[in-house]
Amino acid sequence: MPEQSIEHIRSMIARHKLWDHIFAIVGILSLMVGILTLLALFTELAIEGAPRIGWKLFTSFPSRHPEEAGILSAWVGTTLIMLVTAASAVPLGVASAVYLEEYARKNWLTAIIEINVTNLAGVPSIVYGLLALGLFVYKLDFGQSILSAGLTLALLILPIVIVSAREAIRAVPGSIREAAYALGATKWQTVRDHVLPYSLGGILTGTIMGLSRAIGETAPIITIGALTFIAFLPQSPFSADFPFVSFKWLMDPFTVMPIQMFNWTSRPEAAFQHNAAAAGVILLVMTLIMNGIAIYIRYRFRKRIKW
Amino acid sequence: MVDEKIKAEVRNLNFYYGSVKALKDINLNIAEKKVTALIGPSGCGKTTYLRCFNRMHDLYPNNRYEGEIILHPDGLNITGPDIDPIEVRMRISMVFQRPNPFPKSIYENVAYGPRVRGIRKRSELDERVEKSLRGAALWEEAKDRLHDLAFNLSGGQQQRLCIARALATDPEMLLFDEPTSALDPIATAKIEELILELKKEVTILIVTHNMQQAARVSDYTAFMYIGELIEFDKTEKVFTVPSHKLTEDYITGRFG
Repeated sequence: MPEQSIEHIRSMIARHKLWDHIFAIVGILSLMVGILTLLALFTELAIEGAPRIGWKLFTSFPSRHPEEAGILSAWVGTTLIMLVTAASAVPLGVASAVYLEEYARKNWLTAIIEINVTNLAGVPSIVYGLLALGLFVYKLDFGQSILSAGLTLALLILPIVIVSAREAIRAVPGSIREAAYALGATKWQTVRDHVLPYSLGGILTGTIMGLSRAIGETAPIITIGALTFIAFLPQSPFSADFPFVSFKWLMDPFTVMPIQMFNWTSRPEAAFQHNAAAAGVILLVMTLIMNGIAIYIRYRFRKRIKW
Repeated sequence: MVDEKIKAEVRNLNFYYGSVKALKDINLNIAEKKVTALIGPSGCGKTTYLRCFNRMHDLYPNNRYEGEIILHPDGLNITGPDIDPIEVRMRISMVFQRPNPFPKSIYENVAYGPRVRGIRKRSELDERVEKSLRGAALWEEAKDRLHDLAFNLSGGQQQRLCIARALATDPEMLLFDEPTSALDPIATAKIEELILELKKEVTILIVTHNMQQAARVSDYTAFMYIGELIEFDKTEKVFTVPSHKLTEDYITGRFG
């Protein structure tokens, strides 16, 4: 090969590689926009909220005095609502996903249902709030209760749970199903013994992602009438008498973390801004922990199952 | 053509994927406790044919059978529209092309068939697992790690595990769909040895792409081409004096 053309090839490679570097830099910068913003936000919240973060924050009810105000009723409310949401969205979502993936015949009707489930994930949450106000609060007469709020958020995350559960179920290879069917298993045995256990990691991950979206939702909760100031706890789920568990708390009024924060930020006193920031940090940490759990579960299941 | 007792009788079997006719008027007798090999170029319908025997096609929509596969001694029509495919699968087991163990322990893989049949007693399950693993020549390698994940076995061991899983249900017939196509030559030799051992107890139908394999393990060979059964005879005869030009061309490697 003549000297000339080797020189030519080298300069061409150098030019092409330049674009490699340019893209790498653009990529890093784009990534930083997201990460740095989040980091800055979190740091600011943490610094502002630092004086309030402590045991007392968790054990005190809201109060007119900012130093004494806490998030007891808010975190208890959020936790109980998440329980109701998970307990209703998971069985409904998983059952729907199993039906769509394993039982339903593929025809135009299931195609329409599929498209709509995906579309539902994009419906603004306030719309769910309005629906829930009419349906749960008035029609079914659950009132402005933990039950109504939990069910509302369950509706909101149901599409997320269904879509992620379907993906997890679809990831189970057909050869595994065939192996089970070839041994004489029925559809339900195949689902119960194989499809569900092997897709559990993905299902749980999707569910937790859904819940971590629900935990920060404010609009639908306000719509159905959450209280912004509440200085008592719902009734205890445990009781001294038989059968030792009680579900009366389901019907109690409530508040949640984001509403408590909203309430504090709209106060004129500057001191309340510290409370809001502290609550924000707690809420962010709760979300991060949930996502961390989701990642851990996914990792654990991936390690056990290699297709 | 078949001298031995007949295990299954295929009469005018047609099979359709939707409107595509994949099997055309197949007539064939399967000899009891013998190995019958199905050979033919890709897409000739041999796997389709094999999967008729345990009604695997019922798992997918728009598939249709015509004709009969009569399973002896009781004369059950396997492809009969009123026959529950699960009943058929309870009697006929299958080993697939690629090893497909469940992501469970070795023990649980083998015990699954018996469990589906309602066996719960630990002692009986233990017994069946051991017997099946011995039957699949895997017991010596697996006995100390029964509760290990099946994925930790090598490819050849996984395929033998799948054979053990298929044996644990005491099948009358065993279907093999190219069982060694994903395995190395040593693992392949082990599986072939095993097939020769297994035919003492069970009727075997095997699809294979490997002509030498068909010649080594089978007693009868069926050559298929584009959905039709071209030739069916004793393996010896098919490979030495094929009566059909197409068969000769295929086994001598002129096409396929």
